[in-house]
Amino acid sequence: MIDVSGLRKVYRDRGREVVALGGVDLRVREGEIFGVLGQSGAGKSTLLRCVNLLERPTEGTVSVAGQELTALREGELRRARQRIGMIHQHFALLSSRTVAGNVAFPLEVMGVGRAERARRVAELLELVGLADKAGAHPAQLSGGQKQRVGIARALAGNPSVLLSDEATSALDPATTQSILSLLRNLNRELGLTILLITHEMHVVKGICDSVAVMRDGLVEESGAIPELIARPGSRLAAELFPLPRPEAGNVTITFTGQADEPVVSEIVRKFDVDVNILGGVLEEVAGVSAGRLRVRLTGGEREAALDYLTERGLLVEVTP
Amino acid sequence: MTWDEMSPLLLEATGQTAQMVVWSTLFTVLFGLPLGIALVVTDRGGLLPSPVLNRVLGLVVNLGRSLPFIVLMIAVIPLTRLIVGTTIGTFAAVVPLTLGAAPFFARLVETALREVGRDTVQAAQAMGAGRGTIIGKVLLPEAMPGLVAGLTVTVVALISYSAMAGAIGGGGLGDLAIRYGYQRFETTLMVVTVVVLVVIVQLVQTLGDVVARRLARR
Ligand SMILES: Nc1ncnc2c1ncn2[C@@H]1O[C@H](COP(=O)(O)OP(=O)(O)O)[C@@H](O)[C@H]1O
Ligand SMILES: [Mg+2]
Repeated sequence: MIDVSGLRKVYRDRGREVVALGGVDLRVREGEIFGVLGQSGAGKSTLLRCVNLLERPTEGTVSVAGQELTALREGELRRARQRIGMIHQHFALLSSRTVAGNVAFPLEVMGVGRAERARRVAELLELVGLADKAGAHPAQLSGGQKQRVGIARALAGNPSVLLSDEATSALDPATTQSILSLLRNLNRELGLTILLITHEMHVVKGICDSVAVMRDGLVEESGAIPELIARPGSRLAAELFPLPRPEAGNVTITFTGQADEPVVSEIVRKFDVDVNILGGVLEEVAGVSAGRLRVRLTGGEREAALDYLTERGLLVEVTP
Repeated sequence: MTWDEMSPLLLEATGQTAQMVVWSTLFTVLFGLPLGIALVVTDRGGLLPSPVLNRVLGLVVNLGRSLPFIVLMIAVIPLTRLIVGTTIGTFAAVVPLTLGAAPFFARLVETALREVGRDTVQAAQAMGAGRGTIIGKVLLPEAMPGLVAGLTVTVVALISYSAMAGAIGGGGLGDLAIRYGYQRFETTLMVVTVVVLVVIVQLVQTLGDVVARRLARR
């Protein structure tokens, strides 16, 4: 649904060159929630703003819903943008307009007539649970309500894609949760593809199907979350399961989905090994439970035990 | 001077001041608003960046602002004759008043428009809004409290400038104060004139404040 390839963005800042994106490839599939995770300054916002061309890439191409945006002229690009929703960390609502007026704005831009506009605005406010706030001004709303207005506004053009720039970073945990579930519901009910950027792991854990981990303007790894976690040396897994630095000989077992199988007791029985548990984390991600166990394996048929675990579909990493 | 002698003089002078201020305010907005918008739009990172045009406009505005009004008034006499047909009278004063106030107002417009967050403008761009829409439906409405405050300051400045326009026969309250109060030692008239001016300024300022505050509260 979103295809980004070879994306580079170089800012010229008082003669100095800042490479915000150093060649990024990204593929977001239709109907998924794709998270871009990275620390501040990693280039996430730049990437997102290149997707709807608020920022012109220095190099590379961007396609959304089969249309190559980087090849469009200004008028065509404006029309294409009407089909790409965007929500912002600080909401970016018009303080001079009411809630209804804010949601009506993109419809005015699209040239929708007054009656149709009113109908659509009511429908959208209903969808985000703000029907009773139509006449309020943004200043009278809580952060969560403001973001709901932002979401309603972003959906006005029936977009196939929603871009979210740290949409919950300015919100408290409970409100964040309610906004994330709203996004999840919209994704399920409208088939909305969502590309969101965040520096918070819990957002990724909460609603993402796929993720790209960014650092210094580059994507370090990307893919469906369960597959990523099961990949050796995964950064996502390292962040998701914060365990102390392993010592030589330690075995790290990562599992996705098989959390209820008694593999540890099986290897103890079958291979006569001693298992010393050093640490472990269990998480619910992308709808599956996943976890990581750090153990010391001694005695018995150690190698055979490790092979057995691998055969059972677990990721087994031995610290050299 | 008795009250009966003073009141027709005051009435006439107030009318002339009002006439000068209203007309010059109108033209000041007419020229100053687009100029202020242009200053913001053509700036680096603006909606239509154009460094050269921006530099030129900035220069013109600064020139207009650095000239003392009394000098400007004399300097533009040929232009006044060209536009109004005469260089003396209330309407002739509107030309220098506008030229003096428009650059001033343009800067205030510029400041007010810059207060509108980049975020807000970019959100509109992300929705596919074009430049005209962004200026008309985002920048101006969002900056309205600041614009009204700027207009208030400008009108007050015009009232004070207009007092000087007496020098070219513009009439008005300032002219009255100088001719009767100062030159003929009619202290009472001078005091009354000053009171009337203070009251007018106060009224304008209060009205501007109320409107700006009401707009900002939304
Ligand atoms: N308009 C700009 N001009 C110059 N440098 C910029 C600009 N925008 C972003 N950058 C730089 O690009 C890098 C990536 O920024 P950004 O995409 O905002 O990161 P993130 O959203 O991950 O925090 C940073 O080093 C930032 O300073
Ligand atoms: Mg950012």
